[in-house]
Amino acid sequence: MTSAIEIKGLSKTFRSEFLQKEKKVLSNLNLSVESGTIFGFLGPNGAGKTTTIKLLTGLIHPTSGTAFIFGKSIREIVSREKMGFLPERPYFYEYLTGLEFLNFCGELFGLSRSSRDKKIDELLELVDLKGSEKMQMRQYSKGMLQRIGLAQALFNDPELVIMDEPMSGLDPVGRKEVRDIILHLKDEGKTVFFSTHILSDAELICDEVAILIGGTLRNQGKLEDFLNPKVKSIEVCLRGVSKEQLSQIKPMLSSMTFHDERILVCLDREERLEKLLAWVAQEKAQVISITPRKETLEDLFLEEYKVGVKA
Amino acid sequence: MRAIRAIAVNTFREAVRNKILYSLVFFALVMMLFSLVLDQATVGQRNKIIKDLGLGSINIFGVIIAIVVGINLVYKEIEKRTIYPILAKPVRRSQFLIGKYFGILLTLAVETLFMSAFLFLLVFFYEGVFDTHLPLALFMIFIELAVVSAVAIFFSSFSTPFLSGMFTFAIYVIGHLTTYLQEFGANSGSAILKALTTFFYYMLPNLERFNLKAEAVYQIPVESAKIYLSLLYAFLYIVMVLTLSVLSFERRDFK
Repeated sequence: MTSAIEIKGLSKTFRSEFLQKEKKVLSNLNLSVESGTIFGFLGPNGAGKTTTIKLLTGLIHPTSGTAFIFGKSIREIVSREKMGFLPERPYFYEYLTGLEFLNFCGELFGLSRSSRDKKIDELLELVDLKGSEKMQMRQYSKGMLQRIGLAQALFNDPELVIMDEPMSGLDPVGRKEVRDIILHLKDEGKTVFFSTHILSDAELICDEVAILIGGTLRNQGKLEDFLNPKVKSIEVCLRGVSKEQLSQIKPMLSSMTFHDERILVCLDREERLEKLLAWVAQEKAQVISITPRKETLEDLFLEEYKVGVKA
Repeated sequence: MRAIRAIAVNTFREAVRNKILYSLVFFALVMMLFSLVLDQATVGQRNKIIKDLGLGSINIFGVIIAIVVGINLVYKEIEKRTIYPILAKPVRRSQFLIGKYFGILLTLAVETLFMSAFLFLLVFFYEGVFDTHLPLALFMIFIELAVVSAVAIFFSSFSTPFLSGMFTFAIYVIGHLTTYLQEFGANSGSAILKALTTFFYYMLPNLERFNLKAEAVYQIPVESAKIYLSLLYAFLYIVMVLTLSVLSFERRDFK
């Protein structure tokens, strides 16, 4: 089976216009994205995520290396036939209505009027823009622009959808809507490749992630292989105990924080929880909450980032 | 082909929904009406001034529109990133640029037709007859605009709107003086200067070829062979300039 995306030794150097000073934005990127997966492309700002995406969509040309979309070289226009693209902070012709814009996209794909109309109807339903399609896009909110952007990216029923920061700038409701659409695309057997720095969103939906830092790939793999499934630490919130009482069990706790009458203590081993609870019962204190903390993408990301900065 | 048509129609739509164009056309119409006043105050060549000023206004405002639209359209697409979703579809950059060019042509054609109709009516009410010499001169003005907008697209394929505007306007001005340029070189006696002026004579568009305004005003007949040659010249020049534009546009990175 061919991969949806196969990147081989991709590098990009930008030259500034006057001094011809070179800036390497991406160096020797190798990446493979299996078809049918949701792939998260993570990295801090300026890591080279957008550059990679622009290379894949043919907006800029690689300095060296190449990439393939379903086996077709990105240098060839056919590589874009099975692809849909949602740019970062999408901005479309503000003088067009949503309907006119989608119609224009359909014309770019060479579709007939009847098949355009049918598809537009379907897409407006999917991205929940029915009723706003006759408004000029200058009146659209950020969330609506993102949704019309998704609609134009899906016009050709793409096998692969590439999205650049699809969740940035959206409120929680907007982010959930985008996540739902991504999951819906996966159910239809499509591949979704998206960049983000909102790690919790990636963690919720991605099958696989890659971390890019300073133009270099730091890590790539399945989320479950990446993250330690074991509980990393446990946070317990208590009430009705004093500082002095707590000092008796201090060696057991990895940290404690005081918050009015509430105290947040942290345990770094699971088996210590039982001991702590027994002690709380004995001291007649109250337990407000117990929160186990597993390793998150954020921990991993910060770790990689520290290593990347040192290197 | 469909993609080119879609981009052309969209370009036209953008121009039509842009208010600056209306004000330019409005100014041209005001200029033409002003000629009525001037005509009253002129001794001798009466009502020639209406045609003269009318053709002149259509020409100069057409050039301004061609330059303004030509230099902005491509630049704005890149600046506002509206080009991204288009080029990420199976659309060639050459199709995009040629679509843009046809969109500008369509805009200029509609705008020239509109202003021409106004001039026709003005002359008709004044003289009581339809002037049959005007259409040819007006058509050639449109051909000149087609050449100028191709030059504007060429510059905007790699430069900023300000520089593109300056360059295009400079070429428009020099384009009307190329014959003098060649004569100047030939009479200078310097071989280098002669080679240089000859080079520019062939590189720059000879826009004076499309100027039939005097012929229209003074009702001088024009040989059809001369017209055909001018049309062929315009066609070849546009194809050359657009080819160069596509070549530079293909290499560009949209950062």
